[in-house]
Amino acid sequence: MGFDYTRSLGPTLGRFLSDLRRRKVTGIRGSDGRVHVPPLEYDPVTAERLSEFVDVASTGVVRGWSWIPEPLEGQPLDRPFAWALIQVDGADTSLLHAVDAGSPDRMSTGTRVRARWRSDRAGAITDIECFEISDEPADPPVEADDVTMVITPVNLHYTHSASPTEDPFLRGLMEGRLIAQRCPACEKVYFPPRPACPTDGVPTTDQIELADRGTVTTYCVVNVPFLGQRIPPPYVSAYVLLDGADIPFLHLLLGVAPEDVRMGMRVEAVWKPREEWGPTMQNIDHFKPSGEPDAPFDSYSQHL
Amino acid sequence: MRDVAVVGFAQTPCVRETDGTTNGVEMLVPIFHEVLGGLGLSKTDIGFWCSGSSDYLAGRAFSFVSAVDAIGAFPPIMESHVEMDAAWALYEAWVKLLCGEVDTALVYGFGKSSAGELRRVMAMQLDPYVVTPLWPDSLGLAGIQARMGIEAGLWDEQSMAAVAARSRAAAVSNPLAQLSGSVEVSELLASPYVVSPLRRHDCAPITDGAATIVLAAGDRARELCERPAWITGFEHRVDSPSFGARDVLTSPSAVAAGKAAGADGVEVAELHAPFTHQEILLRQALGLGDDVVVNPSGGVLAGNPMFAAGLARIGEAARRVHDGSASKVLGHATSGPLLQQNLVCVMEGRE
Repeated sequence: MGFDYTRSLGPTLGRFLSDLRRRKVTGIRGSDGRVHVPPLEYDPVTAERLSEFVDVASTGVVRGWSWIPEPLEGQPLDRPFAWALIQVDGADTSLLHAVDAGSPDRMSTGTRVRARWRSDRAGAITDIECFEISDEPADPPVEADDVTMVITPVNLHYTHSASPTEDPFLRGLMEGRLIAQRCPACEKVYFPPRPACPTDGVPTTDQIELADRGTVTTYCVVNVPFLGQRIPPPYVSAYVLLDGADIPFLHLLLGVAPEDVRMGMRVEAVWKPREEWGPTMQNIDHFKPSGEPDAPFDSYSQHL
Repeated sequence: MRDVAVVGFAQTPCVRETDGTTNGVEMLVPIFHEVLGGLGLSKTDIGFWCSGSSDYLAGRAFSFVSAVDAIGAFPPIMESHVEMDAAWALYEAWVKLLCGEVDTALVYGFGKSSAGELRRVMAMQLDPYVVTPLWPDSLGLAGIQARMGIEAGLWDEQSMAAVAARSRAAAVSNPLAQLSGSVEVSELLASPYVVSPLRRHDCAPITDGAATIVLAAGDRARELCERPAWITGFEHRVDSPSFGARDVLTSPSAVAAGKAAGADGVEVAELHAPFTHQEILLRQALGLGDDVVVNPSGGVLAGNPMFAAGLARIGEAARRVHDGSASKVLGHATSGPLLQQNLVCVMEGRE
């Protein structure tokens, strides 16, 4: 699952990240006179707005560290490295970053380090590729434009298990069958099934099979294009209440002009070719009108 | 002001992986049944519901809304949620009861950590501008704190391993624990580092689980529970998120919360310390002497269901009041990196 968060920076972080782009590290003076790196917008003790920027060095000293033998996705280095709190020269607080030390034997608290600047800098904390063990000064500053925004991509990976109620539903789909579940308390039929009946809070344990036809309870005409859209607009997204079910689900309705769709319209599933089936509702390519007379409003009014 | 007490507590077994959804429903249904059944209540007797969980952990949007299915929210209920450990949901519910708006509340937390990569998910709680883009993992950050403490002489690898050994030994009496048993400190110290200076036993395990607590006010509490755990102090405090700017070898927020909640004189403390050295740090911050029994359940080193573990600490502590084995207890919860935010709930039994 990924998302590129795009964030505006404001005057304090904007200055800090613009300066990183220039291979410069900038701190800010707190209410107590301490120089904070990274700079804080407000003093952590007095909550006063801070504004006095202070030039600090891109060299410093390790104040604390841990050793990562197997780096994780997204971390600054893909070989073993140290996380370190680094107090850059001129600062009173510490910055977290990676140190490319090669071996934990070379790391110790008090070790002198310097920033290793990335060649393509965007105005981000990752403009410092990492720190390296050295007594020498880092590369000198260069000219660069200010930045006002930063994009911070987030990519996380999840394994969603098929839960005990989803399992028969997904297996059924692989065979072209629609398996719903009935609440043992209120006897409502859920398709797709849920882990528990939202009315009674008990697991929906009774399985029943439904036919692949039903009634449009409500619908909308999609006119707006969006990222990932499968078919060109306009088209109809409809809530379909399968016969025997108590909860409608959203699906695509084709084979009818948008202006002819109506609540109560009877529809049937159009399945993809069998060789394309998997454990997914996408086995049903879309619904189309079945040609039956419309369902009376009373037959679905409780399911809107 | 009304008196409010913890009257019921239930939790799932702490396990490495469950087969349910990340919405927690499968874990919550049985513990709701257990806690309400034990008190002779049904869902309609509960005036307010409040939960703690995280969508980043669940890997889906509005997982806490789906979790409401476990309640059976019809007719509609009064409900709230915090994107934090459910100990903070308990705080919200406690305030609601103090205000006299309702007489009972059920609080729950759930987390299915096995679905994602917990060490990376935890980076989402850091500063999104200058820290998260580096993807610092939870073990890497805790390792820095642990080493700084070792070098400052506050603890060493031996005393850290002793915390783990004591936790696992205590957990033998906890049938819901994930890790328990008799281990020698020397055996633990013979294992390799995971993230130096942390070994596997220094880090709470990755756990799926859920927990729930029922609160009740005044006479309602006395009706429901023979020996309610009356909340006599409930405080939470937070330190700056800029951990490079604060002294990570203490926890000012834990000190302040403990002092305000009246931690003096507790007999039992359940501490939410996901790393061995953090238990030592918290003991000191909360002023807990050697006579205080710490984590008789095994604590989170024996099972750490994210977003439920802090609530479970309060439940475990309350249980010692319910069963008459203690008269003043403390439950603690933490949130944020390196013990940034801390909550202390002090409870007492009355004759």
